[in-house]
Amino acid sequence: MTIRFTEDHEWISLDGDVATVGITTFAQSQLGDVVFVEVPEAGRALVKGKEAAVVESVKAASEVFAPVDGTAIEGNQAVVDDPSLVNSDPQGAGWFFKMTLANPAELDGLMDQAAYDAFVEGQH
Amino acid sequence: MSIDTDSPSLVTPLNALHRELGAKMVPFAGYDMPVQYPLGVLKEHLHTREKAGLFDVSHMGQVILRGGDPVAALEKLVPGDLRALKQGRIRYSFFTNDQAGILDDLMIANMGDHLFLVVNAACKVPDIAHLKAGLPGVEVEYLGDDRGLLALQGPVAATVLARFVPEVATMPFMSLITASLKSIPVTIARSGYTGEDGYEIGIDPDRTEDVARLLLAEPEVAAIGLGARDSLRLEAGLCLYGHDIDTTTTPVEGGLTWAISKRRREEGGYPGDAIVRRQLAEGASRYRVGIQPEGRAPAREHTEIQDAAGQTVGEVTSGGFGPSANAPVAMGYVTAANAAVGTPVSLIVRGKALPAKVAALPFVPQRYYRG
Repeated sequence: MTIRFTEDHEWISLDGDVATVGITTFAQSQLGDVVFVEVPEAGRALVKGKEAAVVESVKAASEVFAPVDGTAIEGNQAVVDDPSLVNSDPQGAGWFFKMTLANPAELDGLMDQAAYDAFVEGQH
Repeated sequence: MSIDTDSPSLVTPLNALHRELGAKMVPFAGYDMPVQYPLGVLKEHLHTREKAGLFDVSHMGQVILRGGDPVAALEKLVPGDLRALKQGRIRYSFFTNDQAGILDDLMIANMGDHLFLVVNAACKVPDIAHLKAGLPGVEVEYLGDDRGLLALQGPVAATVLARFVPEVATMPFMSLITASLKSIPVTIARSGYTGEDGYEIGIDPDRTEDVARLLLAEPEVAAIGLGARDSLRLEAGLCLYGHDIDTTTTPVEGGLTWAISKRRREEGGYPGDAIVRRQLAEGASRYRVGIQPEGRAPAREHTEIQDAAGQTVGEVTSGGFGPSANAPVAMGYVTAANAAVGTPVSLIVRGKALPAKVAALPFVPQRYYRG
């Protein structure tokens, strides 16, 4: 299983042909308490760097961008029903959506764990 | 976030304490201020409604007016009935301009030999200039950018503060005393901006941290940041200057006519009085209202409001998630025809029309001390 990260603090984990996408532990800590989540419906075309989902804290609304091109196959109803999952388990039960990839090679352009950790360190 | 992004050059007397407590600091009205502590906005908000929260509001401007006849002089700048304001009592009012727009909202206390004012941080420089220009013969004393002001808010605020100053327990809502808190001279007002019972405590800069530490050491008290202050006042239906009221909104449009007495309505004598009188008689073209979205999606400031026919009828001026309401809450201006409670409207969020209703304010009951 490959996990990659974007500079916008999304993670994408590829398992076979299906990738799962969410926001990172760092991202949720910056957002604070998540109170609303909107996820893409199955079948929606996703474009790398464009809005795929919405996450809102008490104070602010943020967009979750598609890390790569592809097609949404499932939104996570659990985070819609209980947005606090994004805070409590951002890289597990708090995932946003699953997608198929138009071009799996696009993942190579994203950061691995070590590169992302260094990127976050540089944000402080 | 509805927070200014100007670079901060000012600090309150609690700056080091905020950092020690792990606050996330943001620039606000020229100050470096805590937006939240490690507890987080949601829990800070709920803690304030359940127990007691301590807020650093030292960025607000504290001003004393003395000499001459400050009551008569200040009535020329605000529509508040200051002649009827008894000694030791506080009134909410606002500076108006010739178009009846609101220059700032403020608290005014009658301290016997002087008036004590608290104005918004972002407006204090123009407010002080306005006071000096508008009050000839009255001494305008600004207590300084580093004067301390702490708000202790919540249902057990009275219990907590009475451990230090017993007489605060029975202070009327909107009254102010001078007192000694562990030998530290303070002003204590029974007021606040959360919808809860509570106090605002004025303190010299070099003793403000001492008072904050004494209060934070009480088991019911948590430090609360600007983030929760905003969601608390929004649920309580209270206006944030520069958002819900400003120079383009009148007191009638803003739903603040409760703060203008019968005498001041009839006599006028403040900037824009004729416009206020006309709007009171004939109605305004738009009003500030509560907006209750029907779904879970918050509608933020500047969200367009449409009527059932898809016509634009207004805009959200404050909006977010109300932790105590456990739902999105908002307020904004709509045309008079759409201002009745229960009127169905649509909120245009990310291009989609989300159903909402005009709602009564506040969203949670105000729990001020009524004796």
